[in-house]
Amino acid sequence: MKVKGKVFRYQNNVDTDVIIPARYLNTSDPKELAAHCMEDIDPDFVKNVKPGDIIVADRNFGCGSSREHAPIAIKASGISCVIASTFARIFYRNAINIGLPILECEQAVKGIEAGDEVEVDFDAGIIRNLTKGTAFKARPFPEFMKKIMAADGLVNYIRDKYKDN
Amino acid sequence: MGMTMTQKILAAHAGLDKVEPGQLVEADLDLVLGNDITAPVAIREFQKMGANKVYDKSKVALVLDHFTPNKDIKAAEQCRFVREFAQRMGVENFFDVGEMGIEHCLLPEKGLVGPGDLVIGADSHTCTYGALGAFSTGVGSTDMGAGMATGKCWFKVPTAIKFVLRGKPSGWVSGKDIILHIIGMIGVDGALYKSMEFMGEGLQNISMDGRFTMANMAIEAGAKNGIFMVDEKTMEYARAHSKKPWKAYEPDDDAVYDEAYEIDLSKIRPTIAFPHLPDNTRTIDEAGDVEIHQVVIGSCTNGRLEDLRVAAKILKGRKVRRGVRVIIFPGTQKVYLDALKEGLIEQFIEAGAVVSTPTCGPCLGGHMGILGKGERAVSTTNRNFVGRMGHTESEVYLASPAVAAASAVTGRITDPDTLLKAD
Repeated sequence: MKVKGKVFRYQNNVDTDVIIPARYLNTSDPKELAAHCMEDIDPDFVKNVKPGDIIVADRNFGCGSSREHAPIAIKASGISCVIASTFARIFYRNAINIGLPILECEQAVKGIEAGDEVEVDFDAGIIRNLTKGTAFKARPFPEFMKKIMAADGLVNYIRDKYKDN
Repeated sequence: MGMTMTQKILAAHAGLDKVEPGQLVEADLDLVLGNDITAPVAIREFQKMGANKVYDKSKVALVLDHFTPNKDIKAAEQCRFVREFAQRMGVENFFDVGEMGIEHCLLPEKGLVGPGDLVIGADSHTCTYGALGAFSTGVGSTDMGAGMATGKCWFKVPTAIKFVLRGKPSGWVSGKDIILHIIGMIGVDGALYKSMEFMGEGLQNISMDGRFTMANMAIEAGAKNGIFMVDEKTMEYARAHSKKPWKAYEPDDDAVYDEAYEIDLSKIRPTIAFPHLPDNTRTIDEAGDVEIHQVVIGSCTNGRLEDLRVAAKILKGRKVRRGVRVIIFPGTQKVYLDALKEGLIEQFIEAGAVVSTPTCGPCLGGHMGILGKGERAVSTTNRNFVGRMGHTESEVYLASPAVAAASAVTGRITDPDTLLKAD
């Protein structure tokens, strides 16, 4: 699987309150959530994001609340992948569980700027900065996580397991 | 190589004699928690999985605490959805308005969590129960849904940081100041993916309520969990509350920790986290002159009886400064009632504060105390992110109940000692 898109670049400690403010948590509809994604730190995000685009951030992306609404909002906004130096652990689990691809790769983060065109090859674990002509190797997912991603999230993965039993 | 407290609990619940950092384990869950924000998503995932019953009716807890009493129609619909699910599934620990409290104050009080338990909750502050010597951690809704269906969850065995506490806190210094001091020291990702394990003779000088506050904020350092060594105070609490057998786990003598900090509690000063991160801390002596418009006392961090007693000690016989709005929200119905019987509620109202039913509302900018543009609040809650309590140009200063109450009287961030000396 490959994805390609324009980069939205953020700094350290992007918290789930700015990814999707709590005032919008009276719904869990992905479309409604996506309409307010990132609005407290980047009011233009929703206006500018196109399907396939990629978020790149520094350390501790997704810190704070456990709200799964945060990766849901990002995925529903059209973002195909989030690359960060590190992720907050609950966000990391949530993203995998809902099938939003995320990669930890500090070198890639350092070598990517806002607006760059980036391509990610998940099978090979390669991140290519097409604008700058550079490439980075990310650590691949372990086998069981690949299965969860292949099933498009934990729910389908478990449903498949139920069927096997 | 020995194991940490956390590793021992994970091993025991995975049916293993031994686990190592980085190992992936599937562990049995003693309790699965959700609230009115996270449970609706979890329930839908649960249904999509093809599950038609919860794994154990006594081991699922659903607490309607975030946007309740229902703040609007959408919130009401979310609650209705959870309520109907709880009824259909026969969930025994379902807490609606009238019985409910803020989840992390409520579950220990109801005896639903005890030492040695393994708990997941679709709320990041689920780490609170580490105060009891339990392994508890926040997860998302999908994990909660899977947990309700299967009674299991996968974990990566974490490494840990050890905090050895010595001495006795002075004056108004409380669990809140200690944990803010620690977060200021290691940063908001200082314990990312790791356990924070608290031990040392200084523990005896921290009350259970203080420990709940500290464990509650482990997530603000990025930790997977915070956990306290079980001592006489823990056992006393467990005996008084726990409804089931419990077990104390101690770290092995040769347990391996990534880092160890020794903290002299007597040196800690009242500590405040300035906007917009919990690690942006300053002592009260470095706070400077900060004018405030609102004070919030309560939440899963500081909504317990001891917190209200401290606030009342300062507010009793004094008046809230004109122009400052003070909102006090007890953590549970029991805390509320106990505070009422002790006369604390009367003291708050006479001082000019309002007292709210238990709710998470103001802490996350949901309802019951939203901040407007340019407004500043001193709050005993746990997060001060941009827009956390309202307008993106508002500011939240995290502090202890003592500092919050003193600041309510002066309208500025204030050292309780300074206020008391001035009288």
